[in-house]
Amino acid sequence: MSVSKDEIKQYAIRLADDAVVLGHRLSEWCSFGPFLEEDLALTNVALDFIGRARMFYSYAAELADDGSTEDTYAFTRDNREFTNLLIHELNNGDFAFTMARQYFIDVYSLAYMEALQKSSDATLAAIADKAVKESRYHLRRSHDWMLRLGDGTEESRRRMQEAVENLWGYVPELFEMDELEQALAQAGIGVDAAALSDDWYATVRATLAEATLEEPAGDWSVRGGRQGIHTEALGHMLSDMQFVQRAYPGLQW
Amino acid sequence: MTESDLIPSIPAEEGERRERRANSSLGALWDLLDAVKDPEVPAVSLWEMGILQDLEMDGDKVVVTITPTYSGCPAMTVMAEDVVAELARAGYRSEVVSRLSPAWSTAWISAEAQAKLRASGIAPPGHGRGTEDVEVLCPRCSSPEVKRLSEFGTTACKALYQCLACGEPFDHFKPI
Repeated sequence: MSVSKDEIKQYAIRLADDAVVLGHRLSEWCSFGPFLEEDLALTNVALDFIGRARMFYSYAAELADDGSTEDTYAFTRDNREFTNLLIHELNNGDFAFTMARQYFIDVYSLAYMEALQKSSDATLAAIADKAVKESRYHLRRSHDWMLRLGDGTEESRRRMQEAVENLWGYVPELFEMDELEQALAQAGIGVDAAALSDDWYATVRATLAEATLEEPAGDWSVRGGRQGIHTEALGHMLSDMQFVQRAYPGLQW
Repeated sequence: MTESDLIPSIPAEEGERRERRANSSLGALWDLLDAVKDPEVPAVSLWEMGILQDLEMDGDKVVVTITPTYSGCPAMTVMAEDVVAELARAGYRSEVVSRLSPAWSTAWISAEAQAKLRASGIAPPGHGRGTEDVEVLCPRCSSPEVKRLSEFGTTACKALYQCLACGEPFDHFKPI
């Protein structure tokens, strides 16, 4: 089964959208971290994700070959054109929410990028090679925070439990495959995300137990990011992220 | 400590990089670029960091291939500008291209360069490649009694440590 250049481009944009949206969210913590070292860590992780987004967007621009650049995709597309999975765009909430979200994504992202390393598309595989190394460090840190806050004080545990509850319904979307992604997976280019689900739940359940947290009931879930249907959080974020290019189109730094 | 820790072997891709330089007809240009230091770690050059990958002539233009360290490393732009400026001072027109694969590894940083890092107060990455725990020694007093304060330090590539013996806070260059 063969796939077109345009389909690979769309796929690269999806992965870039995930990374740029989370990278921007993390950057919002700059100067608001609970202490200096953590402030530095949050913004360094933000940089890794923004760098990852730049590589995927640049590849998409190369495939499009229509004058688009990484900036075109990041700064001139509207809410409905963004195809990130919803969990990335949620407001930061408190520090527990940010770290729980990060942990959920780090477990997912590491497994996803390890699978993408085997892509028959050399550029996607090369980007994944870089991302995997960074994700291992991200995961070690976010995993530590799950334990510290979950198995911490009464208040930190309460906040972490609440964060996990509020995030749980955004998880099923991570493992859903639409036609585009199925075709890319069958062609050996994209990742079969559905196949990552069992390991993700097993890993996260073990961490929740270790952190003395309870697994949520799982009685609700939302989806739509890959189709451009977003939560109310994304538009507000984009109005901030895209402000300069919207106010001064084409401005060069 | 095993023998392989004491006698660091060079990864294959790093061996190839050193051969490219050794066999290059542009030896003088490679030497010239030894003056370009890592803007965030000025103790070592781009060559020593494993960032400078290849030099080629394209007509009268020098094409310089570098490999990014971390995906979002903000120093990469400065490095490319510094390379172009250094070559321009010697009268060369140049272009810097970035190559992702093989992915950069701290295992490419030579033993000599690791010693320079240590002398500048940064605990070097050693020759490993991943998050598995490596022995970190205080760069000031060499004590192994150290504590990790944060997974990320002054830059994405470093973690923040403190020596429990002499009290010195220091950066550890993380192995990747």
